[in-house]
Amino acid sequence: MIRIVDLHKAFGRKKVLQGVNLDLKQGETLAVIGQSGSGKSVLIKHIIGILRPDKGQIFVDGVEITTLKDDELHKITPRFGMLFQGVALFDSMTVAQNVSFGLERYTDFSQERIQELVAESLDKVGLKGCEGLMPQELSGGMRKRVGLARAIAYRPDIILYDEPSTGIDPIRADAINDLINMMKREMNVSSIVITHDIVSAYKVADRIAMLYEGKIVEAAAPEEIRNSKNPVIQQFIHGQAKGPIKNW
Amino acid sequence: MFQKPKSLLAYFYSFFQQAGEVSLLLLKVLKNMFKKPWERKVFIQQLEEIGVRSLPLVSLTAAFVGLAFGLHIYVAFHRYIGPDSEAYGGPMLSLGLTKEFIPILVGLMVTGRVGSAIAAEIGTMKITEQIDALFSLGADPTRYLVIPRVLACFIMLPCLTMYGDIIGMAGGFFYNVYIMGVNRILYIRTTVHYVELWDIAGGLIKAAVFGVIIALIGCWQGLRAAGGAEGVGKATTKTVVIASISILIVNFFLSKALPSI
Repeated sequence: MIRIVDLHKAFGRKKVLQGVNLDLKQGETLAVIGQSGSGKSVLIKHIIGILRPDKGQIFVDGVEITTLKDDELHKITPRFGMLFQGVALFDSMTVAQNVSFGLERYTDFSQERIQELVAESLDKVGLKGCEGLMPQELSGGMRKRVGLARAIAYRPDIILYDEPSTGIDPIRADAINDLINMMKREMNVSSIVITHDIVSAYKVADRIAMLYEGKIVEAAAPEEIRNSKNPVIQQFIHGQAKGPIKNW
Repeated sequence: MFQKPKSLLAYFYSFFQQAGEVSLLLLKVLKNMFKKPWERKVFIQQLEEIGVRSLPLVSLTAAFVGLAFGLHIYVAFHRYIGPDSEAYGGPMLSLGLTKEFIPILVGLMVTGRVGSAIAAEIGTMKITEQIDALFSLGADPTRYLVIPRVLACFIMLPCLTMYGDIIGMAGGFFYNVYIMGVNRILYIRTTVHYVELWDIAGGLIKAAVFGVIIALIGCWQGLRAAGGAEGVGKATTKTVVIASISILIVNFFLSKALPSI
């Protein structure tokens, strides 16, 4: 479904991605783990076209997207829903306006149908009746859920989650993990979950890939990752300060 | 620790790089301006924000500039040409206001009020990933954020200037006629006789150019904001400084280029 080939990206002298190779299969949930600042968010932003690579290719169902112009890219972006790390709700808009934003641009539905879909999406994430609230009136967990409702409102078939459990307490984080699993079950979506929370990764992923020093060091089923012989992976999943991964 | 001062070459490099960034943004605006979908709702919101909400500020500024300019024109005519010549100051006051003072002052006032707000709003959206979210939800940031603001400023600045011209001239008229007792009929007759439509149009053309400068620089600074609240603060300050200086420089060249006789 998605194939990433030899992806490179640098910001000034800082080389963030140095030859990432990865793929996502239909209906699969792939978790990409790695330290903070390892380039996980940069990777996910390339997939949706927010960032353009210095070198390398990304294929979505065989279509190379890195060379597409913005107008052409916007014909593919309705296939993606994205939950941003800081949620990125439009703070001058109500919850309903946030959730309907993509629907208004990606579909020709009537206002009544859009409102129905907004209510349905909010209901899915457990926020029925919150349409009129402003983002600043919501708690961290509620904001994440509104972000998710916005990402699924126009029924994309690929959802990208950027640190879905960051910044919320463990109970709410687990509720978000349940929602990710529910999206897969009920909407049959393929997902990429960027996280440094190994507990979340084990709970939601069919496959886990570890990004380290700009490359994918291993991509395998959660059990294989748990039993990996790679010292980098062992240090990361056990959260140890000592090991091949430098602390700072 | 003190920062090492930049070399002259680095300043030149930085200047041309930034000028290039603004030019590219302008090019992108021109290229996308007539492409659908048009962001009508945002455009109307911006017309209100930039135009209607600037009216009190423009009223106050134009009224007091008109009064002060009227005072000096009165003194000048009274002192250097002689008593009873003050009514002939009307055209001078009107020309000064419509061609120079009001367009520049409206430009500077709108830079402070609107330009800084554009930079702060877009800068905050940039650092909180809202611009990335716009892209992911099918809205091109240039079409959704930049074009409605540039167009709204391009339209509203001449409107505000026209309004400011009326208020300013009324201020000068009020001072001369009702405070200093200048002949009302003569004041109006000389003003109408000597001030041409082109004089007012020249000021409005300048205002439209200033509008584009304000919106473009505000959007450009907002879009390149980085580094949290400090970055947004810097973008806001830079917008006011760069746009104000640009307005003053461009004003001179426009005054030179626009035919005045």
